[in-house]
Amino acid sequence: MKIHEYQAKELFRKYKVPTPEGGVSNTVQGIEKIAAGLGLPVAVKAQIHAGGRGKGGGVKLARTNEDVTQAAKAILGMTLVTKQTGPEGRVVKTILVEKGVAIKKEMYLSLVPDRSTATVTIIASQDGGMDIEEVAAKTPERIIKVAVNPITGIRSYHVGRVMFGLELEKELMKEFSAILKSLYTLFVDYDCSLVEINPLIITEDNRIIALDAKMDIDSNALYRHPDVLAMHDPNEDDPTEAEAAKFNLNYINLGGNVGNMVNGAGLAMATMDIIKQAGAEPANFLDVGGGANAEMVENGFRIILSDSKVKGILINIFGGILRCDVLAQGVVQAAKKIKLSVPVVVRMEGTNVEEGRRILSESGLKLINATDLSDAARKVAEIVA
Amino acid sequence: MSILINSETRVLVQGITGKEGQFHTQQCIAYGTKVVAGVTPGKGGQKMDGVPVFNTVQDARDKTGANASMILVPPPFAADAILEAIDAGVEVIVCITEGVPVMDMLRVKNYLATKPTIRLIGPNCPGIITPGECKIGIMPGAIHTPGGPVGVVSRSGTLTYEVVHQLTQVGLGQTTCVGIGGDPVNGTGFIDCLKAFNEDPATKAVVMVGEIGGNAEEQASAWIKANMKKPVVGFIAGLTAPPGRRMGHAGAIVSGGQGTASAKIEAMQQCGIYVCKDLGSLGRLCKEVFT
Repeated sequence: MKIHEYQAKELFRKYKVPTPEGGVSNTVQGIEKIAAGLGLPVAVKAQIHAGGRGKGGGVKLARTNEDVTQAAKAILGMTLVTKQTGPEGRVVKTILVEKGVAIKKEMYLSLVPDRSTATVTIIASQDGGMDIEEVAAKTPERIIKVAVNPITGIRSYHVGRVMFGLELEKELMKEFSAILKSLYTLFVDYDCSLVEINPLIITEDNRIIALDAKMDIDSNALYRHPDVLAMHDPNEDDPTEAEAAKFNLNYINLGGNVGNMVNGAGLAMATMDIIKQAGAEPANFLDVGGGANAEMVENGFRIILSDSKVKGILINIFGGILRCDVLAQGVVQAAKKIKLSVPVVVRMEGTNVEEGRRILSESGLKLINATDLSDAARKVAEIVA
Repeated sequence: MSILINSETRVLVQGITGKEGQFHTQQCIAYGTKVVAGVTPGKGGQKMDGVPVFNTVQDARDKTGANASMILVPPPFAADAILEAIDAGVEVIVCITEGVPVMDMLRVKNYLATKPTIRLIGPNCPGIITPGECKIGIMPGAIHTPGGPVGVVSRSGTLTYEVVHQLTQVGLGQTTCVGIGGDPVNGTGFIDCLKAFNEDPATKAVVMVGEIGGNAEEQASAWIKANMKKPVVGFIAGLTAPPGRRMGHAGAIVSGGQGTASAKIEAMQQCGIYVCKDLGSLGRLCKEVFT
């Protein structure tokens, strides 16, 4: 789960990681008041869960009171489009106002779990304030990576490798060391899947400050972080995906016109792929779980059909422990209840499949039986063509 | 022959008295698995469908000689369950549980590295089955065909069932099928399974099923090129997955341009793996390549 910059900075302060002075508001007057309290200049920053806010016009430096009012009016309520939001963008509802600081140097610092080595990896670079993926691609020698085994935790030599790699001035080392150790502790304490500071700055008066803050927390660990759960911002959710989540369904909109409903994530991905290979575009990813039941299928139908682009649906269920006949009854029940408006191709395989197919064909519904996966993809592609 | 488990394997179930634990224990027993013990703290001395329940894994192992464990406990307790099984010396630990925090698994994985004789499968996996002999997991037993010659290793659940079903339909049986799980940090990986299949005389060919996220498939491909004596058919799910989105499995995500399906497919092809691009024809391709 992602949290906003201002929320991440609250956690940073809790761990004594320095951030600029600031405040949060969702009104123009509120923003003006915070700016007046801080003193000019200030940075006015849109709070959305996406990078590239500056380029999209969501971050402005205000040197005068008029600048503050203008920036607040321009950013509050704007639809901010960045390379990470997609073309539909995100409406800005909250703004962080921060006291401006004089920057001497911009650095990059992040922590991520590394899946192949099972460590927490610290990534740092002297080239802060830029797209780090670009830095990694163009000048990989400017990237420092230090792996920390969670069993030993962070040690001074880890910090040293980062600091010497960054060619940090001697008088800043003590401060940097404390910051990095705190960030590591924060990362572990909060089950983070990302902590990123870009840029981490050195100010003209030689202090180190986290000018930006990005945090992503492992959704599987939220049960032990009620404070993070309380930071959830429904404004950031895709409404259909949020609706699906209520039913324990995993739905992702993909923009095509073939809706599909599959049990299991791997098979769901493979089904999207095969729809594309048959010449059509998948409308979604929808995993109804390894043991789908009638209720899940019904909710799945509702979610898929709430997307008006959908012209046909492919159901691909591998009946294992859940038998195909039970599942077919579920599909029939759900289809009758929902009054299906588009053709549905059903591909079922597994335990009791003959009985399942019989139930479907005798249901009186316009369900199209497919013999195998390729057949199913072909049939649904023909329908939407 | 088979890898990791066979008809001699003695299984204990951690979380046997839970709803899932009870149901899948019954299914495993019905398949013929020797389930010799269950573990639920505080319920020691009871019996679950005739299986004796113990308070601790150590107790269960000492009294029944169990050498494999199936873990079906809720995610907050899964890491502890794995560590308990490791400390009790259980040789094959299969963690079915989905939703274990990554930080927990980082610690488990590093501890596990100090115990080279112990093998963890999962978490977030369907389990492992040697058809006709032993099933430790939640997969439907009936779709499998005993006797080999194909070994299967996969990051997915139902996608593996699909693959196994197609193999069975074209007349190819399986030696052992391992679901290594869809989490970013897991126990046994592709290479561990490939090594075991390479050394198993009954396994004549392998199907490897991967998906987007990470670079385990690329590493496995390089290993295959250097070491594998048997033909491998590969499949990768997620060609149409949008970047930056987690596709159901915690580990299935393309981030920063890394972990794409096309990169994995390319790596596989360069390393001599027969890549199946259309899942509908996987069984037929295996028949062609393997016979």
